[in-house]
Amino acid sequence: MVKDSSSMAPRLSDFCYPDAPEEDKYSVCVHCGFCLEVCPTYQAWGDENHSPRGRVFLIKSCAEGELPLDESVIDPVFTCLDCRACETVCPSGVQVGALVEEARGQVFHARREHGDRDPLMRLFLRGIFPRPGRLKTIRRLVRFYQKSGLRTLARSTGVMRVLPPQAREMEDVIPEIGRGPAIDVLPTVMVPKGARKATAALFTGCVMDVFFSDVNEATARVMVRNGVEVHVPREQICCGALQVHAGDRDMAREMAKKNIEVFERAGVDYIAINAAGCGAALKEYPELFHDDPAWHERAVQFSARVRDITQLLVEVGFDPPKAELPMSITYHDACHLCHAQKIRREPRSLLTSVPGVDLREMPDSDRCCGSAGIYNLTHPDMAGELLERKMDDVPEGVEAIVMGNPGCMMQIRLGVKKRNQQLRVMHTVEVLDLAYQREETP
Amino acid sequence: MRDSHIDALVEIVGERRCLWQPNQVRAYACDGYTAESGLPRAVVFPESTDEVAQICRYLYEHEIPYLPRGAGTGLSGGATPTGGQVVINLARMNRLLAVDFANLRAIVQPGLVNLTLTRRIAHEDCYYAPDPSSQSVCTIGGNFAENAGGSHCLKYGVTTNHIVAAKVVLPDGSVIDVGAPFGDAPGYDLLGLLVGSEGTLGIATEITVRILKKPQSLRTALAYFDRVADASDTVTDIIVAGIIPAAIEMMDQLAMQAVDKSNYHVGYPNDIEAVLLIEVDGLTAGVDDVMERVVELCRKHHVREVRVAQSDGERALWWSSRKMAFGAMGRLSPDYIVQDGVIPRTRLTEVLQKIEGISRRYGLRIANVFHAGDGNLHPLVLYDSRVPGEAERAVRAGSEVLRACVDAGGSITGEHGVGIEKIGEMAYMFSEDELQVQRAVKACFDGKGIVNAGKLIPLPGRCVEVKHAREIIDDHWQILNSFPDQAEVQVRAARAEKTAAKPTTSVQG
Repeated sequence: MVKDSSSMAPRLSDFCYPDAPEEDKYSVCVHCGFCLEVCPTYQAWGDENHSPRGRVFLIKSCAEGELPLDESVIDPVFTCLDCRACETVCPSGVQVGALVEEARGQVFHARREHGDRDPLMRLFLRGIFPRPGRLKTIRRLVRFYQKSGLRTLARSTGVMRVLPPQAREMEDVIPEIGRGPAIDVLPTVMVPKGARKATAALFTGCVMDVFFSDVNEATARVMVRNGVEVHVPREQICCGALQVHAGDRDMAREMAKKNIEVFERAGVDYIAINAAGCGAALKEYPELFHDDPAWHERAVQFSARVRDITQLLVEVGFDPPKAELPMSITYHDACHLCHAQKIRREPRSLLTSVPGVDLREMPDSDRCCGSAGIYNLTHPDMAGELLERKMDDVPEGVEAIVMGNPGCMMQIRLGVKKRNQQLRVMHTVEVLDLAYQREETP
Repeated sequence: MRDSHIDALVEIVGERRCLWQPNQVRAYACDGYTAESGLPRAVVFPESTDEVAQICRYLYEHEIPYLPRGAGTGLSGGATPTGGQVVINLARMNRLLAVDFANLRAIVQPGLVNLTLTRRIAHEDCYYAPDPSSQSVCTIGGNFAENAGGSHCLKYGVTTNHIVAAKVVLPDGSVIDVGAPFGDAPGYDLLGLLVGSEGTLGIATEITVRILKKPQSLRTALAYFDRVADASDTVTDIIVAGIIPAAIEMMDQLAMQAVDKSNYHVGYPNDIEAVLLIEVDGLTAGVDDVMERVVELCRKHHVREVRVAQSDGERALWWSSRKMAFGAMGRLSPDYIVQDGVIPRTRLTEVLQKIEGISRRYGLRIANVFHAGDGNLHPLVLYDSRVPGEAERAVRAGSEVLRACVDAGGSITGEHGVGIEKIGEMAYMFSEDELQVQRAVKACFDGKGIVNAGKLIPLPGRCVEVKHAREIIDDHWQILNSFPDQAEVQVRAARAEKTAAKPTTSVQG
């Protein structure tokens, strides 16, 4: 039959909650299929259901009432890594990521309504990440666990076996936690020595500040070194990306509002972020406020000031380090940097500006490493397969794998650990920071 | 519904590689041709020739209709179920089985992606020549079924020229080898028959292809023309001059607008009618001279600007812009039908004018992106399926475009296949006797008529309908041409509803 929706009686959409996937977004897909081969889940399974085109088709079918919001839609929507590789190739510019996130929002509502909630998930999404105080407590606990010998004890007694294997693996690669989170340790304002090129507020993030606060400190140092006055607003909270990915859009909206207010008060030129996932989420805040014109406008203003740290440095102009840092590295493109934010050139130009750094490209550097937020905990098989492929692609003889996202850093640390390799996992700004430090101590 | 047949399929491939719940198979309702769709009974994912053979044997024995599917990027509905078939999805059979660089042969499974083959043999400076625009996703099995073409087929030939042998599972599940890896296979050309048979005669599960050494050098030029006629004449003159470019592609203004809004932005001027993308390749010593002659011919035909790519990056962008053009149509319209008519090169200008007329009469925009070098047109009829009647109108407009191609001495398809989409036009192109021979061939392979039935070769009843419609249109065509435009639209629309609508739209009613 030739399709003609107009001739059929209108059917009720199965997306019955507010903030549903929008027709303007899914109707853009012309079903060409050019996205199939870049999709990690399609590559693995060869099933149309788990491809970007398939997911958009299912979302559309659900929106038009042709499919119920059941496992046939929910499963494909949740196997998506949200890596956005499909958006990079899509000639029609379909916002697959936004559609998937909106669909997850519907699932979240439906599950809550049916009392079918996952208490652990709820604890993380609502109980911990939105609350900076609790995050810091967790950070202190992990630090205590590492320092006090408990970690050694736990490992030697085998008590870790109560954890699911993927969580156990992750515990293994948690970096040594430093003295305190950057949000507490850094001064509220850091003024550059010479001329001030711009002002920027540092978004410290949650995972980044819990596990990689060193990277936040390095980010601040590198900005100040390049003439940027750095502010660290104390009242900022987690960006809400994990909530958006999980479909908890109401919570994400509350968190977004809080951050928008905090950073509006900071009165700075830029909002600097060194975590790709958070950067993409901050830039996409307007997506959360379709039905709220006033907040939408504020979100647009906010997003316009957000810059990934590499983008910011290139934009304001950076001093190439003068000291030699002999090191051969490879660069992994975090999905939310290269696909979601279209940032590929900037980190490479920073890295190659360092004298002595030899950047060796890995094949398919923009293929997801499997971290994808908490995907490595929810879909360990797929995440593990992607990690294997990523580690296979690391060129022989490099000393470090460099990237711009804490989730990828954890995941790739795991890959390095599993293979027993002598490889450093570093953030782009850490390389730069290291080179600047060498200038001071010749 | 889960029944004993599903159990039997699960027995062969396992629970995880068989989808049968109605909501799980919905994503397989259509391929890249979205105007028509149907629900399959089940989707199975075999991983070996043996599994394919077992599946086919079972289904044939139990007279359950089935059809093969690759990446589902086909543009004529070849992999679209007409309702109730088992879809045999070959995407997981994607291995490169063997490469013989010295003899330039590769053996692949049908699910291997076209461009992946080229990537996997690039380290020896080799490549696989047929390059459909969807080469980054489409499979070699799908290319085999559709006898796919591509931009560089002007010089290098289409899929059939690059496949030398295959292992094929016949409709009843028996397995045969056809063709010969080297030299000619004596007897009837079964391989030639199977390539382009659109999955109606069997399923190739191991395909031996010819691979080529990359040309030593290539040059790529982009030429902007104020008038389509000048661009068309340039194409003709290049060929007449004895130059065989690797490719000559043309896009019209509407197509340029679509891709320029995409990630593959070139920045075409918005007041030119046509752009030509011309590539020449061969020995380094000669390519510059050849390109110079091409540029001269462009100038002779009043080209506004012609540029030769200065870097690989620039060349890659120009090619992406051309190859992504179909997919970019979403920037202009939620739906499209792409046609695939072929005409003699010399009649390009005239047929493009006819297409413009059709576009005006139907009130639908038609973008043109095509292989100008071999006269293979791809008019993209843009429509919105949400607007009442537009889908039908688009199908009819497309059908009229194809008839214009046949009338100009050409064919209804160059590389996309007939599928469901053009099955009505088969009767326009062939006589009943000619079609009868084709049906007899189908019956030799598939006596039960259950393998991808309803595709490629129309059943006798349909032909009568289509013939009848064709006679009516033929009889009244000339009269309509004397009408002013508006009146013509009304008369034609009214007539079309009565006649043409039936055969072209209710294919699988």
